[in-house]
Amino acid sequence: MVAETSVKNISVTLRVWRQAGPGETGRFVEYQASDLNPNMSLLEMLDVVNDGLERRGEEPIAFAHDCREGICGTCSLVIDGKPHGPHRGVASCQTYMRSFSDGAVITLEPFRAKPFPVIKDLVTDRGAFDRIQQAGGFITARAGSACDANAIPVPKGAADLSMDAAQCIGCGACVAACKNASAMLFVAAKVSHLGLLPQGQAERDRRVLSMVKTMDEAGFGNCSNQYECSAACPKLISHDFIARMNRDYLAASVRSTFKPESQAAGGGG
Amino acid sequence: MAKLESRIPAGPLADKWRKHKAEIRLVNPANKRKYEVIVVGAGLAGSSAASSLADLGYRVKCIVFHDSPRRAHSIAAQGGINAAKNYQNDGDSVYRLFYDTIKGGDYRAREANVHRLAEVSVNIIDQCVAQGVPFAREYGGLLANRSFGGAQVSRTFYARGQTGQQLLLGAYSALSRTVGQGLVQLVTQHEMVDLVVVDGHAKGVITRDLVTGKLVRHSADAVILATGGYGNVFNLSTYARGSNTTAIWRAYKRGACFGNPCYTQIHPTCIPVSGDYQSKLTLMSESLRNDGRIWVPKRAEDRRKDPAAIAEDQRDYFLERIYPSFGNLAPRDVSSRAAKRMCDEGRGVGETGLGVYLDFSDAIRRLGEAGVRERYGNLFDIYHEITNENAYRTPMRIYPAVHYTMGGLWVDYNLMSNVPGLFVLGEANFSDHGANRLGASALMQGLADGYFVIPYTVGDYLAGQKPNAKPSTDRAEFQQAEENVAAMTRRLLAAKGRQPVNAFHRRLGKLMWDHCGMARTRAGLEKALQEIPKLREEFWADVHVPGSGESLNQALERAGRVADFIELGELMCRDALAREESCGGHFREEHQYPDGECKRDDEKFGHVAAWEFQGEGQAPLRNVEALNYEHVKMSVRSYK
Repeated sequence: MVAETSVKNISVTLRVWRQAGPGETGRFVEYQASDLNPNMSLLEMLDVVNDGLERRGEEPIAFAHDCREGICGTCSLVIDGKPHGPHRGVASCQTYMRSFSDGAVITLEPFRAKPFPVIKDLVTDRGAFDRIQQAGGFITARAGSACDANAIPVPKGAADLSMDAAQCIGCGACVAACKNASAMLFVAAKVSHLGLLPQGQAERDRRVLSMVKTMDEAGFGNCSNQYECSAACPKLISHDFIARMNRDYLAASVRSTFKPESQAAGGGG
Repeated sequence: MAKLESRIPAGPLADKWRKHKAEIRLVNPANKRKYEVIVVGAGLAGSSAASSLADLGYRVKCIVFHDSPRRAHSIAAQGGINAAKNYQNDGDSVYRLFYDTIKGGDYRAREANVHRLAEVSVNIIDQCVAQGVPFAREYGGLLANRSFGGAQVSRTFYARGQTGQQLLLGAYSALSRTVGQGLVQLVTQHEMVDLVVVDGHAKGVITRDLVTGKLVRHSADAVILATGGYGNVFNLSTYARGSNTTAIWRAYKRGACFGNPCYTQIHPTCIPVSGDYQSKLTLMSESLRNDGRIWVPKRAEDRRKDPAAIAEDQRDYFLERIYPSFGNLAPRDVSSRAAKRMCDEGRGVGETGLGVYLDFSDAIRRLGEAGVRERYGNLFDIYHEITNENAYRTPMRIYPAVHYTMGGLWVDYNLMSNVPGLFVLGEANFSDHGANRLGASALMQGLADGYFVIPYTVGDYLAGQKPNAKPSTDRAEFQQAEENVAAMTRRLLAAKGRQPVNAFHRRLGKLMWDHCGMARTRAGLEKALQEIPKLREEFWADVHVPGSGESLNQALERAGRVADFIELGELMCRDALAREESCGGHFREEHQYPDGECKRDDEKFGHVAAWEFQGEGQAPLRNVEALNYEHVKMSVRSYK
């Protein structure tokens, strides 16, 4: 009944990507990690390995992590070739050593994609995601200008579907899993989250057009419908949202081509 | 001695904020762009402040140590956000939210601040919905609510078990918009390592670029710290690993007073500790207490039995027994201590005996497994990932863990510290929760401060400052602050001792948990006050920080933070020792009623303790701000 009663400690061999800095040549380095409680998380195992390295005066393995409960999206390991490791629907930090057998060889790499350059070891720069958000991932609502929250009822179905998309933690596993390094699941999640809500309609066209443009400029590839992205997504966000974004994008492109814009905007007073 | 002027406006409680807003100074729209404001941190308080100030027309620079503002630990808040909307027609009002918060805080918060918080709570929900936060809804399309501890109404708004995430992504979207518009300069992966004070006013910060190791000087007309709480002083907590005290601690060492550092929140429902290697504890949301029932076996000899084999009449549903009117939704401090008492009696469950059951079998009978899954599915999943146990079949095992710090930098009604020009928002300040915070109130406070308080009050300060007059970063004050940081880095790298940083953090955490945790005694605190300075000395002599200061060096980052935690830990123990009473999260065993409840001493301790740094190696000064209760009578808190 009680999980931790009869645990047998395990030992593993790590093959870890070490890279001194951006643009430098990296390589795999092997480390032994022994006497590990299977209930420890993979990141806690790395803490233990790093404590040992620091004791010996060697530089610890740099890896990105923060909340360690699967919600901040900081952790970003490719574990044995899979972004976030062997289990569906969890982030790297929620991978536990009980997932590996005694004596296993575990390969750890950073998320690999051209728009995510390596900063050091297992840490990458995912700033491109922020730039996509800055281009249009919002509803403009200045503090102080909102109407009463219940003034606009939102059907439960729309709110729930919107929440399914809004759960994205911005980790970038979708990009790392995709052979084209496409960020379409990430962008589609934000476009759908806001586009499904009545509040998101005023900026719906602008949003999808500018987010997709920024995504393309950042060097992310296109979707070729393999859906590795949603399989690797720690929140299991559905690739159906990509189809939704494509429809929005097409409609917005057509509308922006034919819709006349006022020449007299601005000024006044 | 620091001057502590609370600047609470005169007049009836319910009119104070309205009147204050009408009377404080304004900066005219064309002049706003002549002022620059630095916001450090981009959690709920920081993001909402940065975007709101930018929308007003100020030039804003937002500095975060994360790679993206969306990583801030507000993201991990699960349960919900309180607001006095009374959408449920169940008798809620601004006054009730105010009263519950004051009482929940065990009469150690300022009445005026808390009333303002309750007033603006309704605006926060409007604001978040307008931004597209997908709160839970009923079939009719209206917003849904649930209950949280310390309240007898349903006023908590939520987005599944990820409310903090959705609120933060809302604030992040506003911040992203203003960055995209060129109104906010976003500086990521920079850690604030010193505050720059010029002629007595906060006029800038020094940051370390975590990627290149470079120290950078930033000058501004005002500085806002929204850098969160310091619970990681305990090493094991529900905080993110990166959460730290460095920004507020270094501001303290530049003269900002630290208010009530010993007020720590221990959350009753966390997954128990399982081993020495552990790096963090995971919260199981308080919302679970809406439907889960907490119990331990009546007889100590049953504690290792399969819970299913313990008959109903052999179970002690101790919160329902001791606190019949609030039951499983008693406030956090009260529930945590009750759980500790059960374990101290030898009735705790699980391998270590430090655990109690949180049982959903009644709820599953009532709602069906699918019903429970819809409300709490993601929490049951997290529990399963961590413990490998299925909580639909067997009760969860939970134990209290450090979750929040009510203490923080002292601020006045305008959220300005005693250092003019230095504002402190959200968990980083001490202001609104007294000695204990109620569930779903942290999100409320972070966003209240950022969206609805600071946009007004920062103007009152800036109106008194010359426009276009931020100091040059060539000034001696900037130079001296930068050199101060560089010297610390050199010293850390030069120690070349035998122990890793984490070893010191673990030892500090254990000292703090044993002596300054859920229950404190004079003897224990005195012991900690002997041990911590020794630990500090050993740290500087024997820590080993490999690598250099000129690149990404995570060991160096941790070392600087742990150095600050060691100093802060000492201050917390001093504060806990000086406060000879029990209140909220601060429980001194010497001061309790026969039934184990907190015994306050309003006459001697009905005040805020604001500690003032007096120099390295000098004892800090304990300043006092009296708490004047004009509207609520300070009484013995009862949840029975």
